[in-house]
Amino acid sequence: MSDTVQLSSSAIRRQMLAEFWFYFRQNRGAVAGLVIFVLLVLTAILAPVLAPHDPTTQYRDAFLLPPVWQEGGRAEFLLGTDAVGRDMLSRLIFGAQYSLFIGIVVVAIALVGGVIIGLIAGFFGGWVDSVIMRVMDVILAFPSLLLALVLVAVLGPGLTNAMIAIAIVYQPHFARLTRAAVMGEMRREYVTAARVAGAGNLRLMFKTILPNCLGPLIVQATLSFSSAVLDSAALGFLGMGAQPPAPEWGTMLAEAREFILRAWWVVTLPGLAILVSVLAINMMGDGLRDALDPKLKRS
Amino acid sequence: MVRFLLSKLLYLVPTFLGITIVAFSFVRILPGDPVLLMAGERGVSPERHAELSAQLGFDKPIVMQYFDFLGRLLQGDLGNSLVTKRPVLDEFLALFPATLELGLCAILIATLIGVPVGVLAAIKRGSWFDQVSMTSALVGFSMPIFWWGLLLIIFFSGFLGWTPVSGRISLMYYFPEGTGFMLIDSLMSGQDGAFASAVSHLILPSIVLATIPLAVIARQTRSAMLEVMGEDYVRTARAKGMPSRRVIGVHALRNAMIPVVTTIGLQIGVLIAGAILTETIFSWPGIGKWMIDSISRRDYPVVQSGLLLIAGLVMLVNLLVDLTYGLINPRIRAS
Repeated sequence: MSDTVQLSSSAIRRQMLAEFWFYFRQNRGAVAGLVIFVLLVLTAILAPVLAPHDPTTQYRDAFLLPPVWQEGGRAEFLLGTDAVGRDMLSRLIFGAQYSLFIGIVVVAIALVGGVIIGLIAGFFGGWVDSVIMRVMDVILAFPSLLLALVLVAVLGPGLTNAMIAIAIVYQPHFARLTRAAVMGEMRREYVTAARVAGAGNLRLMFKTILPNCLGPLIVQATLSFSSAVLDSAALGFLGMGAQPPAPEWGTMLAEAREFILRAWWVVTLPGLAILVSVLAINMMGDGLRDALDPKLKRS
Repeated sequence: MVRFLLSKLLYLVPTFLGITIVAFSFVRILPGDPVLLMAGERGVSPERHAELSAQLGFDKPIVMQYFDFLGRLLQGDLGNSLVTKRPVLDEFLALFPATLELGLCAILIATLIGVPVGVLAAIKRGSWFDQVSMTSALVGFSMPIFWWGLLLIIFFSGFLGWTPVSGRISLMYYFPEGTGFMLIDSLMSGQDGAFASAVSHLILPSIVLATIPLAVIARQTRSAMLEVMGEDYVRTARAKGMPSRRVIGVHALRNAMIPVVTTIGLQIGVLIAGAILTETIFSWPGIGKWMIDSISRRDYPVVQSGLLLIAGLVMLVNLLVDLTYGLINPRIRAS
């Protein structure tokens, strides 16, 4: 008996996955985004193997060398070097580690925090809900980058604090989404049934209701991932994020600013890396939304 | 409508109080002695410390300090900058027109391009125009605008030499500040070339700041149009034999505009975040650059009050958006 139950539940899961993939695949951009994203992850994991040089080693005989295809470029520095003679390609490759790490940490903190807060607000309702939602409104009243900047000013500049600040700023979006989804699910009969069967509050919240609210949360997580990459790069650019000599793309751009009219590659390449990563994640997000949003599925 | 307005206003009170608590706590959770941080002095004698503490009200219980803070705020006293010694509110009001001018130009560009592109993309769904414009919108939406600004400077200022790199107007021109809007002031001054100079300074920062709102508005307009065009009343209008132009212009567009207006209004937060970056890149003397400079100069009274003023502003604009929403969509008012 238990065998058949297990078999059918895994079969259902497989069918759901197949259905998801069917809708996701229809968005060609999303598939392209997924491919780029996987390449990005591989680049980050294999960075020590892929990078031809150490990202912080300064070659004293090679300041601001142009890429290899330009006059004066050298074959050992494919994409040229920066103002203190560090290999651009290696720094860009190691930068992928930073961006992905930032995205994962920010989304994880914001998601966990927001889901718990949203679950509590939606599940208990009443004054608990009012208080929590007013606090979320306050956080949302501040422009995200400004609040993150000020938080970093309080905590001190640096990558860890930048990530915490961005996560705090993003967390209300998850809380609101979760709350709305929970409030919708609470009225359903299966929740009442579980309650009557004797399920406790925690079980109802996390095992009964939460799995049914995941769709919009996954889409929001993807969007937050790309925004986190953008915002942390912006903080790095403003000198408040990762600190030099870290090969973080935004920080690299900040260091390159004074050379914009002399050495295009030190400015163009880190920004291009940010753009391509963010774009890939956003394209994936579009596909996820199409595949997970039942309203769009019908049309 | 009055009831709607009042309920919205009442709703804002707790949020506003929350914002003041955030701004109030900001100085108190900074590492270091808040008295010295707010006075901008260090290494002072205990007597001087007590004097400063009393002068700034730090010797009172924390709840009293908060109510003092709130009381001063309601009287328009937001403290003085440590660096310039001028009242923060004066500085804010002096710099705000620069940001407002930049922001208005950006939102104008974003709306004037974004809405027609979105409408056209929806009408010609699946065409090459739809695909190209929506791909561009996604690229714009993903754009690190600080980098985009640098690219535009490299191309238009460095390579073509068309536009200046920074500031609001060429140093050649001088005229007393009238409205604070450089475009209007330069035009009124009657000096030859002043207006052209102001425009050439404004154009790149506006494009940079407009990029993300433009992408968002185009995408939102397209999806709102697509949704509305599937509605029964649009089909009915078509079935009656109404010309396509009229169906789209009158029936579809008007209803599609409701979410779009909200989207445009909600871009204010995006604009201020963008202004911080845009103003830094183009050395534009507005409140974004002012905040960044104040944070790096540790001018905490400015950061505290600036935060408050900006959040208050965002709140106010959101209220206006809500009210507009109620105005164009009577169903919202009733609920």
